[in-house]
Amino acid sequence: MTRIVELKKGILEKNDLHAAALRATYTDSGVRVSNWVSSPGTGKTALLEALLRLALQRGVAAAALVGDCATDNDARRLARSGAPVRQIVTEGMCHLEADMVSQHLNGWDLASLDLLVVENVGNLVCPSGFDLGEDTRIALLSVTEGEDKPLKYPQIFHSADVIVVTKTDIADAVEWDAESAYHALRSVNPVAPIIETSSRTGAGVDSLLDQLLSSVPADDSRLTPQEA
Amino acid sequence: MHELSVAHAIVSTVVEALSEDSPRVLEVRVRIGVLSGVVPEALTYAYDVAAQATPLADAALHIERAPVVIHCAPCDADRILLGTTDFTCSACGAPSNDVRDGKDMEILSLVLEDEPAVVSP
Repeated sequence: MTRIVELKKGILEKNDLHAAALRATYTDSGVRVSNWVSSPGTGKTALLEALLRLALQRGVAAAALVGDCATDNDARRLARSGAPVRQIVTEGMCHLEADMVSQHLNGWDLASLDLLVVENVGNLVCPSGFDLGEDTRIALLSVTEGEDKPLKYPQIFHSADVIVVTKTDIADAVEWDAESAYHALRSVNPVAPIIETSSRTGAGVDSLLDQLLSSVPADDSRLTPQEA
Repeated sequence: MHELSVAHAIVSTVVEALSEDSPRVLEVRVRIGVLSGVVPEALTYAYDVAAQATPLADAALHIERAPVVIHCAPCDADRILLGTTDFTCSACGAPSNDVRDGKDMEILSLVLEDEPAVVSP
């Protein structure tokens, strides 16, 4: 004989609770927070370096938290911009979780910051389900990747609030087909703004910074079903 | 392999919900949205690892897949998507990012062994 007992619990409830607490802290501190996700090699770190430099020039207090499976290379590289940077070494884990972010924010005065960028582990699959309390999730696509990548990894591009195209300075050299890429992006995400950037020339970095600073306030709806 | 994180979350959530005198769990039933990014086969494998040496060691994992449901504003209706790569209304073709189902991962229920009623002589 068996019987069935209802449980009805979100599997990532603990992460979602941590993320909600972070989101409340960010809102209270008045800091805009973005979570950057992409495959390895998209140019997240180079773009972040350019963004942090521009932020400092414009008097925007910006900081970054960077996740990698191993090494603190990215944190050391980003620290050259002059912004406060911390590394999260995940010891092989393929994505960041909200409690890892909380631990690494310890001791930082969030109220003194305008902008915090969390650079996720380079991975197009795993980070999609893990809310980090950000107000803006950014998915990056470089012109060196296939134009149909958004169709191959729809979850992450669908979940993005903003989509950033990187390395546009070499678009012609790699025969980037913008039209088909935009078509693929729009199929999985009809609404997110798309910003074209080049870390080398600086193109689009100012638009990205404006977007991050003006981003809509924290949105809790991403991982909870909306009531019809 | 984020499925291992998800599997650990399933096991710890269920174990926390059990009391010491809970009957044996035979099956854990979960509902996984196709937009959650979790691969069922990988989750089944990871669950077997995560459940080892826990009260769920012998409990099977039953995975129900939840398709994506978008709300079409022009039609004022919910539409089930066939996949995850075309967020447009199947009736009118309007694009929509208003997802009503298919993102979440939920533990639905537990199948428990029911002790047979004690029959008094």
